[in-house]
Amino acid sequence: MTLTANAAPPRGAAITARGLSKSFHGTTVLHPADLHVPAGEILVLLGPSGCGKTTLLRLIAGLERPDGPDMLRFDGEDVSGVPLERRNVGMVFQSYALFPNMTVAENVAYGLKVRGMPAAERRAEAARLLALVGLDEHAGKRITAISGGQRQRCALARALAIKPRVLLLDEPLAALDAVLRERLRTEIGLLLREFGITAVYVTHDQAEAMAIGDRIAVMQAGRIAQIDRPEVIYHRPASDFVADFVGTMNRLAGPVREGRLILDGGETRADLPADGPDREATLCFRPEAARLCEGADEGAIRARITATTFFGATQRLLLEVAGQDLRLDLPSGLAFSPGQLAAFTIEGRALLEFPRTV
Amino acid sequence: MGRRWTTWTGIGLTALLVLFLTLPVLLSIVAGLSVNYARGLSAGLTLTWVVQVWDLYADTILRSLIVAAATLVLTLLIGVPGAYALVRRGGRTARLVEEVVTLPVAIPGLALALGLIITYGGFGTFRQSTLFIAVGHVLFTLPFMLRAVMAVLETIDWRVLDEGAASLGAPAWRRFVDVILPNIREGILAGSLTVVTLSVGEFNLTWMTHTPTTKTLPVGLADAYASMRLEIASAYTLVFLVMIVPPLVGLQMVAGPRRERLGP
Repeated sequence: MTLTANAAPPRGAAITARGLSKSFHGTTVLHPADLHVPAGEILVLLGPSGCGKTTLLRLIAGLERPDGPDMLRFDGEDVSGVPLERRNVGMVFQSYALFPNMTVAENVAYGLKVRGMPAAERRAEAARLLALVGLDEHAGKRITAISGGQRQRCALARALAIKPRVLLLDEPLAALDAVLRERLRTEIGLLLREFGITAVYVTHDQAEAMAIGDRIAVMQAGRIAQIDRPEVIYHRPASDFVADFVGTMNRLAGPVREGRLILDGGETRADLPADGPDREATLCFRPEAARLCEGADEGAIRARITATTFFGATQRLLLEVAGQDLRLDLPSGLAFSPGQLAAFTIEGRALLEFPRTV
Repeated sequence: MGRRWTTWTGIGLTALLVLFLTLPVLLSIVAGLSVNYARGLSAGLTLTWVVQVWDLYADTILRSLIVAAATLVLTLLIGVPGAYALVRRGGRTARLVEEVVTLPVAIPGLALALGLIITYGGFGTFRQSTLFIAVGHVLFTLPFMLRAVMAVLETIDWRVLDEGAASLGAPAWRRFVDVILPNIREGILAGSLTVVTLSVGEFNLTWMTHTPTTKTLPVGLADAYASMRLEIASAYTLVFLVMIVPPLVGLQMVAGPRRERLGP
């Protein structure tokens, strides 16, 4: 799902990275990366811990220096050597980084104070931003007196107050509980679009990435594995890794003969279209790609249900076909019970095959 | 149900121990206030001795306060930014520096003073000044300031506070003043009280580094014990206690239960 709001004209800078790389003591943490984030776009860096997403964010922020000169530009201006405090980027941290010695309003106004804005003006500006994030009633409170979700909204207001060229968010919701996280990610997504600011958002949560990103860059072992719109990442993952990291993926491995992959487990069997030469192949599909059918011989799968889980609107079936496990999501109105056989087809365009990596 | 007998025994032993330790202090106070200690309280109480101590040793009391103030200023100027620099730097170098700075605590004050005199004794004006004593005190008290500030720095997320302030455009000195200092106040206060307390009571070093014109209170005390009647020496102790107890109480209050901290 991508949120839509009244998109404002872009206010941020475009980010361009060319061969941007970083190594610490001879260990490469980020392999040379090319990246272009147009003004106003929200790019999510998604990946497991240690994949280099935080390093990439810290390079864009100026908290780390890239390995070489002229690797990073904001609107064409080389910022590779500009430190964080002169780069004019807004940052939102996982641990908030709010100042406990200041009130909520003083935190939001701090960046303006540093810029020498007169007290009355910066108070008004802080009040405006606090109203925007719904914290106007808490302006005079200590940071310790507001909740985790309120702290993160305060941090967002503080980062936006300086009218940054780029907004960088480092796992901003990771410290919050699940319900709050889901609500806040919707709010943040809407707010960023309203502002029309260029944003880079780091997360390891794929649902968060899908909800917030205009584009998602999935990272793996210091490299960008794929960068594209959320729908493309989900439906057309470029690699096994991306497919596994974003959503659930089913796998059926077996021999392909004359354009079909056929598994025969006696009473269970699978018959799937697979173009190309005869080979050993693994075909992948999403749990929701299955279409139930009557009986199953040509071009279908017949699998035994091993368990069902009720999710409300949908139910998840665990099935077994010729010794391989499958997971399917189907409307919960349909009655299934473990031990039953289910027959379904997978459309050819929902089937994916990745080059063998082993 | 009553407390177990072991609890009562514990309380009793503790009370005895406290009495054993505080009795000399209490008797000194009584001696300083009694007309004649040999004849006991029946002779009556007087403030004569305290007034005499003031007349004889007012300059040492004042000097002790000046030395303590100078020591405090120097340890604050060196210790607070120093502690932040050490914590920021981290690693082996920082630990080495910390160990070297802590060394004067382990070395006997007399040896430290001798070292100072051998090295700087030739600079006459400096050698004869109150500052010379203060420098000795700084050597001895600096590690306490460093440790107190570093301990509080470990409890706050200074790195992310610093990065947060940097992202808002604040230069390094401003981040230190606006964001780091206010959040390590408790450590600075605890360190300051320790430094003042130690400086006011310091004898070993000062006994070597003082000159006849730069006596501090503890040196004066030794002088009084050696040459004055018991009541005057005891009254002097009383004056010292009046000076040292308030900062000690303050120290306890600062080091008491911590206020709520900002936590993720």
